[in-house]
Amino acid sequence: MKVSFNINGEQKTVEVSDGNSPLLWAIRDGVGLKGTKFGCGKAACGACTIHVDGNAVRSCSFPVRMAEGKEITTIEGLSNDGVLHPVQQAWMDEVVPQCGYCQPGFMMATAAMLDKIPNPTDEDIDNNIINVCRCGTYYRMRKAIHRAAELNTKKNNSESTQ
Amino acid sequence: MTDQNSKNKPKSKSRRSFLIKGGIGTLGLMALGTYVFRNPMRRKMYEMTETLVVPYSGTGTQANLWIEFTKDNTVVLHSPKVEMGQGTFTGLAQILADELDVNINQITVKAAETATGIVDGMSTGGSLSIAQLWQPLREMAATMREFVKSEGAKKMGVDVSSITTANGILTSGTQTLEYAGALEGVTEFNLPSTPELRPLKEYKSVGKPIKRIDLRPKIVGDPIFGMDAEMPNMLHAAVIRPEHIGSKLKHADISEAEKMPGVVRILEYDDWIGVIANSFAEALAAKNKIKTDWDIPKVWSEETLRDYLRVGQGDKMITQKSGAPLDPDGDGVVSMEFSSPIGAHAQLEPNGAVAHVTDGKATVILSTQVIGATQKQVAEALGFDMENVNIVGTYLGGGFGRRLNTSHAVKAAIMSREIGQPVKYFFTRKEEFQNDTFRPPTHHFMRGKMNDNGQLSALEHHYASGDVAINALIMPSVMTSVLGTDVGAMRGGNIMYANLERRRAVQWHKTLPFATSFWRSLGLLANTFAIESFIDEMALNAGRNPVDFRLSMLGTDEHQSRIRKVIEVAAEKAGYKEGASGNRAMGFAASIDAGAPCAQVVEVSVEGDTIKVEKVICAFDCGLAVNPDQVRAQCEGSIIMGISAVLHEKMTIKEGRLYPINYGAYDMALMKNSPRVIDIHLIQGVDHPLPVGEPPLGPIGAAIGNAVRRITGKRLTDLPMKLD
Repeated sequence: MKVSFNINGEQKTVEVSDGNSPLLWAIRDGVGLKGTKFGCGKAACGACTIHVDGNAVRSCSFPVRMAEGKEITTIEGLSNDGVLHPVQQAWMDEVVPQCGYCQPGFMMATAAMLDKIPNPTDEDIDNNIINVCRCGTYYRMRKAIHRAAELNTKKNNSESTQ
Repeated sequence: MTDQNSKNKPKSKSRRSFLIKGGIGTLGLMALGTYVFRNPMRRKMYEMTETLVVPYSGTGTQANLWIEFTKDNTVVLHSPKVEMGQGTFTGLAQILADELDVNINQITVKAAETATGIVDGMSTGGSLSIAQLWQPLREMAATMREFVKSEGAKKMGVDVSSITTANGILTSGTQTLEYAGALEGVTEFNLPSTPELRPLKEYKSVGKPIKRIDLRPKIVGDPIFGMDAEMPNMLHAAVIRPEHIGSKLKHADISEAEKMPGVVRILEYDDWIGVIANSFAEALAAKNKIKTDWDIPKVWSEETLRDYLRVGQGDKMITQKSGAPLDPDGDGVVSMEFSSPIGAHAQLEPNGAVAHVTDGKATVILSTQVIGATQKQVAEALGFDMENVNIVGTYLGGGFGRRLNTSHAVKAAIMSREIGQPVKYFFTRKEEFQNDTFRPPTHHFMRGKMNDNGQLSALEHHYASGDVAINALIMPSVMTSVLGTDVGAMRGGNIMYANLERRRAVQWHKTLPFATSFWRSLGLLANTFAIESFIDEMALNAGRNPVDFRLSMLGTDEHQSRIRKVIEVAAEKAGYKEGASGNRAMGFAASIDAGAPCAQVVEVSVEGDTIKVEKVICAFDCGLAVNPDQVRAQCEGSIIMGISAVLHEKMTIKEGRLYPINYGAYDMALMKNSPRVIDIHLIQGVDHPLPVGEPPLGPIGAAIGNAVRRITGKRLTDLPMKLD
């Protein structure tokens, strides 16, 4: 079957033999965007987190047929014309990644959280950011999430005054 | 220190030569490295038993390339070590920038390919990359810098002594010339002897907390990992492996699977089946239709394993001996028993490989810590000469020791050979959890005796472990038998306090029925947990402050003084307080690993059965910190991975299979379990870099247990520590 969706602002159609197969592989091998990672295949680690219509989704367990007509954002589409998203900027500022493999999933989860909770408390972070990082970058990530919230607020304020 | 190191280097300076590397748009230079020990494995074996840094032992007898200049005056370092998150590429770039006298922004670092570069003869592991390459890389860079100057002098028509360098540019009087310009047209040459290295005080980058050079690609999601690799016309494969410990494939029915959409070929071998399809989803769907029948000679359980691996069974080796042994039943002898479980690596990027075998040549792209050993394995499996197998190392999505055996490259190569097209395959997460090269479980007896002055006078550590170094791909069995013990299981197993009348460590070793091997910090995690928990208990029994108690057990030489220093700094910075305050208390522990001592104070709270680490203060003598920010990152990562291992993680055996088989069920520390405060204090006790990626994993377990003991009165002796 063919499935069409908008991904990072571009319309794409992928051909799959099973509509229930994971959206993850349609993105990685069909569209060819490798920033979304395979970690577990059971929605347990969050490495494959993307946004579907603005919501954080673990794409390894999201049937590709359900992506029909949806707006998808991956890590490659989080930045805008080369300008890093505040979450990515905060990740740069705090030097978060070590091996880096899980980081796109964390950044996507954080960006989705900040849309709903612009100024998260430490408890909000604990409850919402539940991906797995084996290098143990959580300590810097927490700092980066608070920083991203600040950068986001600044950005929104300057946009609203323009 | 630098001069001494130079004198001791077993290399032949005069025989080193450089050649131009062919290739489009590059002016290549090749260094024939000679940092080869006659018997590197043996030396490593013995030095690992001490607390010294093992010397670098690259495959330096081949004509290979380290430092490459491009026409646009940038420099490519073809690193013999891979980048798996530990920050090595950044540290190497800093060292190279300073000694070559180029700007760090001019440097790109890549993992060397076996076809064109020097790869480490052993591995990227042991936290050794920066510590090992510190001297040889500076010598390479200095030699290169002087050579560029001499070529530049000819082109500018000036005396070489008039030339100064900065940012990759030669200057003599009013003339300037880029390094690339100086090397234009140079085809072959012999290098001068290694020149004097620049004084450390002139280094601009080394010692600075500069940002990782791989930060941006990791933040924008560039396809830099083995899992992201592709080749033209690539097919995808899924593989069937045994699920039961020790099981053998008896029979498989592939008739249904063959009819599944997208399936190209199903290959059956004695102990595995490869399903090759047009996409991974199709390969996996077809694999799930294969019916298999297994021969399971023995059904292992948690109980049978526990009975199998115990102190007093297997091969015995005394790894430390000073004074007579304690009589376990003697007057005043205190004994305690400790244990640790099977641990999984659980690195986020699954193992896998992309291979293309055609016309008698093989190319394999993968995340591996052992590029050289993987090349050898693939060559042997295919019956190819080594030079016809190119291993292309990528960035690793975590290593932690799991990728010190990446023999799955062989399966990818075999499938590609059979199908005549490139094949990509990787482990599912279930396969990762059931086919890991696990951290072996351990069992420990501690024994101690106080003297009449309230001092610990005798201390013994008896410990049993499965394989760590023994049977490891990078450790030939002949070498492990030289010492008769497992040097990996031994890490942290000896007692570091010298001011004891008697101290003794005895290792018991058995090879387990499933693969166990290197897991970040090897024996250190469990050994330090046992030793430092027991010492704490002895201090409590004696009514002594645990910090003072430890200090009084230390000697006075340089080694002991460096341990003393980290203990004093951690205690002071944390404002160590004895005893619990409500449901909170501090816990203290220390260790030394690979010559790098570390002490930690944790603040722990207990709510119901939940143990929470609120705060960690860590003092770490890492020697010269090439990049202090990345040393801190390694400390933070070690502490969090340590918390995960000692409070959460455990693999168990159920009806002959290893469980759990995915994240979540394999309980690991998440954001909510990470301390809100991690305070790192770096100490430079020696003038060169020391290993940093593993030593800070030592103290964390005992420090937490010691805090819990003060809050609850319970001494937790089994990992992972649980109050319920």
